[in-house]
Amino acid sequence: MRFLETNSPVTTGARSVSIRFRDLQIEMAHGAGGKAGRRLVEGLFAPLLYGNSPGPLGDAGIVDLGGTQVAITTDSFVVKPVSFPGGSIGELAINGTVNDLAVSGAKAEVLVVTFVLEAGLPSSVLEAEVRAMAKAAQAAGVRIAGGDTKVVEHGKADQMYISTTGIGRLIQGITIDPASVRPGDKILLSGPIGDHGITILLARGELDMEADLRSDTRSVLPMIEALAQAAATGIRWMRDPTRGGVATSLNELARDCGLGIVLQEERIPVHDAVRGACELLGLDPLHIANEGQFLAVVAPEYADVAMNALSLVPGGEAAQIIGEVREQPAGSVLITTSYGGSRIIDMLVGDPLPRIC
Amino acid sequence: MRFVDEFRKPELISKAAEEIRRLAGTDRHYRMMEVCGGHTHAIYRFGLKDILPENIELIHGPGCPVCVLPMGRIDDGLSIAKDPNVIFAAFGDMMRVPGTLGSPLEHKARGMDVRIVYSPSDALKLARLNPDRHVLFFAIGFETTAPSTALTILRAKAEGIHNFTVFCNHVTIIPAIRAILDSPDMRLDAFIGPGHVSTVIGCRPYEWIAKDAGKPIAVSGFEPLDMLQSIVMLLHQLKNGEAKVENQYKRVVPWEGNRAALKAMGEVFQLRPYFEWRGLGFISQSALRLRDSYAEFDAEQRFEVPGIRVTDPRAAQCGEVLKGVLKPHQCKLFGRECTPEHPVGALMVSSEGSCAAYFNYEHRKTALTQLSVA
Repeated sequence: MRFLETNSPVTTGARSVSIRFRDLQIEMAHGAGGKAGRRLVEGLFAPLLYGNSPGPLGDAGIVDLGGTQVAITTDSFVVKPVSFPGGSIGELAINGTVNDLAVSGAKAEVLVVTFVLEAGLPSSVLEAEVRAMAKAAQAAGVRIAGGDTKVVEHGKADQMYISTTGIGRLIQGITIDPASVRPGDKILLSGPIGDHGITILLARGELDMEADLRSDTRSVLPMIEALAQAAATGIRWMRDPTRGGVATSLNELARDCGLGIVLQEERIPVHDAVRGACELLGLDPLHIANEGQFLAVVAPEYADVAMNALSLVPGGEAAQIIGEVREQPAGSVLITTSYGGSRIIDMLVGDPLPRIC
Repeated sequence: MRFVDEFRKPELISKAAEEIRRLAGTDRHYRMMEVCGGHTHAIYRFGLKDILPENIELIHGPGCPVCVLPMGRIDDGLSIAKDPNVIFAAFGDMMRVPGTLGSPLEHKARGMDVRIVYSPSDALKLARLNPDRHVLFFAIGFETTAPSTALTILRAKAEGIHNFTVFCNHVTIIPAIRAILDSPDMRLDAFIGPGHVSTVIGCRPYEWIAKDAGKPIAVSGFEPLDMLQSIVMLLHQLKNGEAKVENQYKRVVPWEGNRAALKAMGEVFQLRPYFEWRGLGFISQSALRLRDSYAEFDAEQRFEVPGIRVTDPRAAQCGEVLKGVLKPHQCKLFGRECTPEHPVGALMVSSEGSCAAYFNYEHRKTALTQLSVA
């Protein structure tokens, strides 16, 4: 779920609002994190639920509660299979919400959890996931304040869905605002991309392919805290590139700030197994989901300290400056190759599908 | 990564680019058609136009199987799968291709049992796993994918599987090249020959292009260095006034092709008298159907197929773009009514289609002189 970055209370009501969402039915693409999802949020949810003039959409909403600003976000997890190399749905459900708050400049304090369970789900599977959640919550330093459970008939859900809603305390000194991004700012990426999406694709067992690959699911909070300590005032924008990948997150930034993003392909870290799978399947690692990475835009004078701070945190060793913000191509993301070619990188359209013929 | 990085080495690429600039000079314009959609995709993905001199113009050819498939065929295939007992299986490439009432993915959203498979044998596996249901494999592709369909049908017959049929849309590349060359508004100097198709058919079937049509052709791989080397080969031929078939992709393409694959195709398929291509119209002997001896696996013979024909919107200029007469962005609908999310014309649907490739990678790319990031 993307939120409006707004401090004003949400107003809805009888005022006439313009609904721009014209798609006839909901399709998988509307949940894939790309263009269709954006159309749904901006064309239907935002005008009716957030008021008439949506600003840029962030990973969490910042709300004022009696003089204290807190960050709030929610996320649902419907991953199939529920467990996969490197993680499981329970771990994702905690880390995903912790990360959405972290990249909004907040430390998750409290979560509430909703389970939607399919009748017939073995209790052992549920127990394993609840244990995974407890472990991930402890690692991220977040408390579970409560929850809700619903059970649906067998066949009406796929084993289990988990939804988590989190409230976070703002980390001092960080302001996330795409409008503050300037030409010359550096784009920082925390580590190798595509591990999660490709791991899931292979774990489904539909493609006869195997690779030594694990999901990157983890809390990015320790990395963001280190970054904040070293360079808080230099941080302009952050995002965790989950569904839709780095390409979609950076396109949203380019659109929101009206500037161009220019990346250098050879600087983008990608594991060989991910590259290989993407080459075979005709996918672009930049469109593949991540669950333990984040992107940050930092002011150029803070780039070195930011990189140093990140490289000292466990898990941040592979961080890279992958490009910079330019005046042009305004509103778009361009990638350049070491041999002199370049191409525009668009948002993901629909789900990434293997290309065969 | 092996077999990839070697062909993307900056030093070698700049050397090849320099050689191309030297050979191409400035006194004439060269128009080369890359036949294969995989090449079109590679040209945009690797930004090869930034490396090539301006007087080398690459024209995108008809070798994108999804793009040349008429909409009526999709409607026909999906009409069979309206029966809830049928599982519709196809490659990922097909999933977003629109029929009159939507793409396979849209039909899936409405409840049709649509599965993405990675190979025809995966579709056969579905048939084995679901003995009470019928699996329809919607087959597309040139000679690249036709052998695996043929082998799957042979396997199904050997195993005595009765709940599996193929809706065959396999096409052949040579008649399409002939149609392009026969077109009166076509002015081409040379061809970059398809790499994957040639692993099956070899290089011999192209000899008439050199001998009769007098056009040089270089069968090419898909990495940046492969394509640049192929352009060097073609420039050498053009400078020397030669026209012959050269094989740049020797590490994969045998001159004689793959005999086992050709044998399987010959056993299972026969040529259709004619077949409609999107953008190019009817081309005789340009597509494959199942032989009568395999009729039980032929969806068109086992099911009632409506035989729907849909004409493309008149405003879409797919034919002109497909033949290289127009560039993608010169079409009236490009980027407005016709986008990858809502494709009107054939070439916007697959990422190998020239319009989609142009839209995804080139569109909005402004002339940036200084691209290096400090």
